[in-house]
Amino acid sequence: MSAPGPVDPSTPSAAPIATLPGRLRSSQSRALALVGALILALLFLFGGDGWVSVLDFTMVAAIAALGLNVLSGYAGQISLGIAFFMGIGAYTAAWLGGSPPQLPGDPAGLGLSVVIWLPASGIVAALIGALIGPTALRLKGFYLGIVTLALVFIGQYVFINARAITGGQEGRFNFPAPSIGDFSFANPNPIFGLQLTTNQCFFLLLLPLLALVAGFVANVARSRPGRAWQAVRDNETAAAIMGINLLEAKIGAFILSSFLAGIAGALYASLSGIATPGTWSLLLSIQFIAAILIGGVASVWGSILGAAFVFAIPTALNTFSLLPQNASSTGISSGDLSAIFYGLLIIVFLLFEPAGIIGLAGRIRAAQQRIEARRTRSEGGDTATSTTIPPTTTTSTAPTTSTTPTEMASSEREPQLDVERMDLMDRTRRADAPQ
Amino acid sequence: MTLFIQLMFSGLALGSDYALIAIGFTIIYKASEVINFAQGEFLLVGTFVVSTAVFSWRLSFVPALLLGMGVTALIGVLFERVVLRRMIGRPPFTIIMVTIGLDVLLLTAVTILVGDKSPGAPAPFDIVSAITVGGVKFGVNALASIVITVLICAALYAFLRFTRYGLAMRATAIDQEAARAMGMRISTVYALAWGISGAVATIGGVFLAAGAGNPVFDVGLGQGALVAFPAIILGGLDSIPGAVVGGVVIGLVYVLTQGYEASGFLGVNFHTISPYLVMILVLLIRPYGLFGARKVERI
Repeated sequence: MSAPGPVDPSTPSAAPIATLPGRLRSSQSRALALVGALILALLFLFGGDGWVSVLDFTMVAAIAALGLNVLSGYAGQISLGIAFFMGIGAYTAAWLGGSPPQLPGDPAGLGLSVVIWLPASGIVAALIGALIGPTALRLKGFYLGIVTLALVFIGQYVFINARAITGGQEGRFNFPAPSIGDFSFANPNPIFGLQLTTNQCFFLLLLPLLALVAGFVANVARSRPGRAWQAVRDNETAAAIMGINLLEAKIGAFILSSFLAGIAGALYASLSGIATPGTWSLLLSIQFIAAILIGGVASVWGSILGAAFVFAIPTALNTFSLLPQNASSTGISSGDLSAIFYGLLIIVFLLFEPAGIIGLAGRIRAAQQRIEARRTRSEGGDTATSTTIPPTTTTSTAPTTSTTPTEMASSEREPQLDVERMDLMDRTRRADAPQ
Repeated sequence: MTLFIQLMFSGLALGSDYALIAIGFTIIYKASEVINFAQGEFLLVGTFVVSTAVFSWRLSFVPALLLGMGVTALIGVLFERVVLRRMIGRPPFTIIMVTIGLDVLLLTAVTILVGDKSPGAPAPFDIVSAITVGGVKFGVNALASIVITVLICAALYAFLRFTRYGLAMRATAIDQEAARAMGMRISTVYALAWGISGAVATIGGVFLAAGAGNPVFDVGLGQGALVAFPAIILGGLDSIPGAVVGGVVIGLVYVLTQGYEASGFLGVNFHTISPYLVMILVLLIRPYGLFGARKVERI
């Protein structure tokens, strides 16, 4: 909470903040986070290499999902093109960091350090994103969606034909693994007496990276550009009238989004060690869209949860052999099954909870608060200031809009310009679907 | 010159398929301002049903086609009634995404049903039969697809121009509230739009699969139909004649670049992106397409 403002001392400021989606303030949330961290640590240490690999890919996917959420969730620009930007990032990394060709037919590589290729993969993707950004100024809604769809196909054409870097149709096999000095993530390494596998090494690299990216996106979303994006999303014309530079806002969103997608693409290729042009397909883009819709649009935690949901399910199905017994004979693969899952979930979530899993969590929290409020009232205390919920709204539940107690409470109070409170209202709006 | 005429013919045939697919998009958009991203998979589902009916259940082509049209029309109407009806007033972002959800569902369903087999491509005539005139091969199925497209356009025109429901659809497209005030049932109009669109998609899909000249088709058929997007963009989302013109132009562009890319300097598979390049070019100059109406923005 950086915005300084005249805070009304009677405002129960702690309670409304706890209702905000994606923030860890209440003790339950902290407990949940602790449990989550514990599960992560257990999987990391004892889950076996398969699960660590799933975690790695999920974290990479989460970075890309955060990128897509910046563009589609916060700024409201429809994009089917994230696979294209991931491909750009992957091949930039391959070209800069890949080992120099040994045989005449080998794809090109400069063999530079990870310190160069990882940021560069994001920067090159961001530059191309900046070129696409102005298109979004002229094209809106469906039209932008179709142009970004075209990007994916154009990308496939370019990737197939730029044989020197991408390896053409057959794909490229040598992607650089991050290495710092003697410590290479491509080999098993002993750390503090623990013999770590490649996947575990990557885990140690990816977890802080994801935390960094998530923190960055969360902070940008709360800062001036982030607010501008949300204003553009909610009503473009109104935003322009309020003095927001639409070009600046849209290009900014495209740049950050493509940067993250590029980094994620580079990490993905580095992790899997192989990528064909077919890797960066429309399906991949759709999977990321599913991830942010299921997890939560315009929410940092939503991106991460959604990515985990969409990208970990096929592996989980395989690992625990949850497929029907006769699956192999009828041709149902884990990929198909999870596609049915997320296809259905996209529709269900959009119909009933546009704010995704995070929205569900917010609803549960709001319900808890309602119950608590009712209890305090029945105990016969002074309800005027200690309760945030006016009695008339306690029984009414709004099914489609995710109105939280904060919003009800602030509309109930006397109209007064209060920076702090506007800030809160603004943030609760985020939980709603982009307008 | 023979090559050119041959390519023009193939382009026209492919273009008429695209025109059919584009009409499917446009009808829905005109009625309800929704772009159906699942339209490609409507094609796939319809073609798959026709294929199963012809090759597994031994139906003859016409009843099989009617069955396929019925199935896709039903899926369209159900989806509109059960899902989209609840999404009226939501932003385009949400509506695109929900049709993408349907797209994933339909594609996966067909993928599972197909398994590792290759379904046969159903066609009214033998898949390789052709009439050769002066060195140019006119495929019989290609000729049929051109004729059918013209017939469907005529029927659609007659329907929209001369029938009560056609009038209701046109009125709804112009002003939904006014049409409702005049006593037209918007829900019937929506159901009609999705039904017609689904039925037309099956016809387009069958001819698209047959026109490829392969005796089989795969689940990529739906994604191939996405090339109809440039067609509708070219024509403007809300114009049916525009969709037909756009479809034919895109078909010609596709086939001509395919025919001449053998010279090599454009690289492999340039024809797969040439329609999109044309589309981006058009959009940058006219953001609402060549025939599309510019929208007035209100706050």
